[in-house]
Amino acid sequence: MWQALRHELHPKGFELVAVGLDTLGGDGCRVFIEAAKPEHPSLIDRHHVLADLFGVINIPSSVWIDERGMIVRPAEAAPAPPRPGDTGRPRVNLPSELPQRFVDIMSEASKIRNDAQAYHAALRDWVDRGAASRFALSPAEVVERSRPRDKAKSLGHAHFALASQLEIDGHHDAAVRHFREAHRLVPESWTFRRQAWSLERVIDGPLARFWQGPDPTHPETWPYAGDWLVDVRREGAENYNEPWRP
Amino acid sequence: MLLRSLQVPKREFEAGTGWTLKPEGACRGEVCVPMSQQVGDTVDVARVADELGMPLIDEKQFGLWALGPASIGSRALATAEAAELRLPDLNGNEFRLSSLRGQKVLLYAWAPY
Repeated sequence: MWQALRHELHPKGFELVAVGLDTLGGDGCRVFIEAAKPEHPSLIDRHHVLADLFGVINIPSSVWIDERGMIVRPAEAAPAPPRPGDTGRPRVNLPSELPQRFVDIMSEASKIRNDAQAYHAALRDWVDRGAASRFALSPAEVVERSRPRDKAKSLGHAHFALASQLEIDGHHDAAVRHFREAHRLVPESWTFRRQAWSLERVIDGPLARFWQGPDPTHPETWPYAGDWLVDVRREGAENYNEPWRP
Repeated sequence: MLLRSLQVPKREFEAGTGWTLKPEGACRGEVCVPMSQQVGDTVDVARVADELGMPLIDEKQFGLWALGPASIGSRALATAEAAELRLPDLNGNEFRLSSLRGQKVLLYAWAPY
């Protein structure tokens, strides 16, 4: 999907730089990167510097940068190219009886807004026409459209950086405390939440990191205020991505 | 930005925060914030952070500090000029976003969770 699009646009002076946001680093990302066999740069971002430097709050999302290094579209939802077939993810053998939680998550995920047609038409227009494309925003528009950030949100980013390093160093309980602060201070960040939730081991197996919620037999041990299902239902799956703006 | 010391080499501070320390102040693209003192080869993080409005927190028992990003202009981006991004690939080789100047780039954030 992204690979095929990159292959199509690369001869026109376009490059895709994929960045995997994961505190677990290569241990978390490797299986997906190796399955995709990318020809483009594919990087690992353990501390979510894309959040600090580019205002990324969700995945998948993108930032468009022109030949001079100027951002022409700040972080926004980046739907997969609309191509049937290959999902770009390794095939996971689903258990024959999927736990109800995954059935519920898949049901919510299917309601997430996806403006793939408009987004990819705009991308091709920009690659062909450059600054003349109406989808290439002016520097002032880029700054104005980037996420609001005050000092409290910036403090939330600092807590996230501490949390991810504490997790890497094996101090999980201390990490949880700082992840919770990051969630409180930057409530709009799905990546800060999903990252923390994905580090809680509730089930075993290939789907462990997608559980992202309490153990049904011991819900009191879940350390976070929300979880994937509770938060997506509260905010509405249809609001998970902001509508794409031309 | 994660820190293990409050005195860091200037280039490390610049890489971690995206702000370049110049004689006229701390700059991102065309935006420059004047500093009360010149910054030498080593950055006194606490002082510079304060002047740039970056929150600084610590976990002293683990020897860690973290610096939040600047919030100049109350936006994630102070300028449309892309910050330099230096990240490793799976093999630990550092990649620099600036190496792609002259091409259009789609920076794509994903996660395995």
